[in-house]
Amino acid sequence: MTTTAEASLERVWEVLDAVPDPEIPVVSLRELGILRDVRRAADDTLEIVITPTYSGCPAMYQIAEDIGAALNEAGFENHRIETVLAPAWTTDWMTDAARDKLRQYGIAPPMGNCGSAEHAPQERPIRFVPRVVDKPACPRCGSSHTERLAQFGSTACKALYRCMDCREPFDYFKPY
Amino acid sequence: MTTPQHLSYVLRLADNALILGQRNGEWCGHGPVLEEDIALANISLDLIGQARLLYSHAATLDAELYGTKKTEDDYAYFRNERDFRNYTLTELPHAGPLSGTARSDRDYAVTVVRNFLYSTLMAHLWTALTQSTDAQLAAIASKSIKETRYHLNHASDWLLRFGDGTEESHRRAQSAVDYLMPYTREFFSTDDVETSIADAGIGPLTTDLESAWREDVDATLAQATLQKPADAKHVTTGKFGEHSEHMGFLLAELQSLARQHPGASW
Repeated sequence: MTTTAEASLERVWEVLDAVPDPEIPVVSLRELGILRDVRRAADDTLEIVITPTYSGCPAMYQIAEDIGAALNEAGFENHRIETVLAPAWTTDWMTDAARDKLRQYGIAPPMGNCGSAEHAPQERPIRFVPRVVDKPACPRCGSSHTERLAQFGSTACKALYRCMDCREPFDYFKPY
Repeated sequence: MTTPQHLSYVLRLADNALILGQRNGEWCGHGPVLEEDIALANISLDLIGQARLLYSHAATLDAELYGTKKTEDDYAYFRNERDFRNYTLTELPHAGPLSGTARSDRDYAVTVVRNFLYSTLMAHLWTALTQSTDAQLAAIASKSIKETRYHLNHASDWLLRFGDGTEESHRRAQSAVDYLMPYTREFFSTDDVETSIADAGIGPLTTDLESAWREDVDATLAQATLQKPADAKHVTTGKFGEHSEHMGFLLAELQSLARQHPGASW
């Protein structure tokens, strides 16, 4: 019985592995770290645990709908979505494979590590003066001769950059 | 144990985020340049997202206290002006004190300075709230602090550019600072809601954050070659539900659709 249950959870993970992010379809919800857990509740319902990226991310409804549709199609009809806020989503959870896929898609992946001291204000007082601006490598030509055009871009999680060598504009997935 | 003060405190945080989100959203489609149009819409999205999380949390507290069954929409769309507890600063139009309220009178310096003053406060407040004894509030704070840092960087960058820019941009940035700074007194006026949540370890006393806030504000103003105005005596009262004349118009725009079609969904 337990083995069957485990096998079915494995199968759910497999199904969900194929569900892409609605805004950035080259990466899956699991690779982005939005999909947190899959478990069987006491009433035998499948619980899919997700966490929002930004507080106001408008894609959350779409994400829940996509997950539901994928599960229904695979024959798992008894399920519900559980949204959790803690621990807060961070770009640190993004897998290396996901970062490569972003780059190939034309989005520079987040730099640095948000778990580092720089981003952990409770450990030391920091002054909130403008920090050094990240200089991600151009996802098209690889040049690090890039500049930020705007701190906010096409979605809440991205900033707008341009490459000074190949002259192409590109999105940068901001560290969060 | 949930207290009425706890609920009031969460609603104050939510109202600030919603009302400033609504104000900044007015730039959507009207930004001075395309990148800023997108930036302000993004900042509004974050603020309204924070408001939604906070209102949902308030609904839980409300249910524990009074057995109510409210949703985030009940707070945002179906409360009246006197029920909103946002700082007066967040409801002011994007115009100087004497320049009217027409769309053409909007001044981006007012937008930037307000976001700077508010985000500087929230950077400290969210950081403190990540340690709240209210686990859900701490979870919301842990997300919001990440967003607030980007808002603060955005506002600070523009404040430096305006202050240390042309004669005209400097003049307008200075008059926005002179206009808005007195409203920040309200951040640091303590009442029984704040002392009660501080006693319960839910949140800090903002008076404990004041010196750090001043240090940050002073440092950026100095870098922007702007003068800090003398401290004002008057303290505004938005957080007690007594608002400026601008609040009713803002709420009319925010709430009219939901009130014309109660219960509608799309």
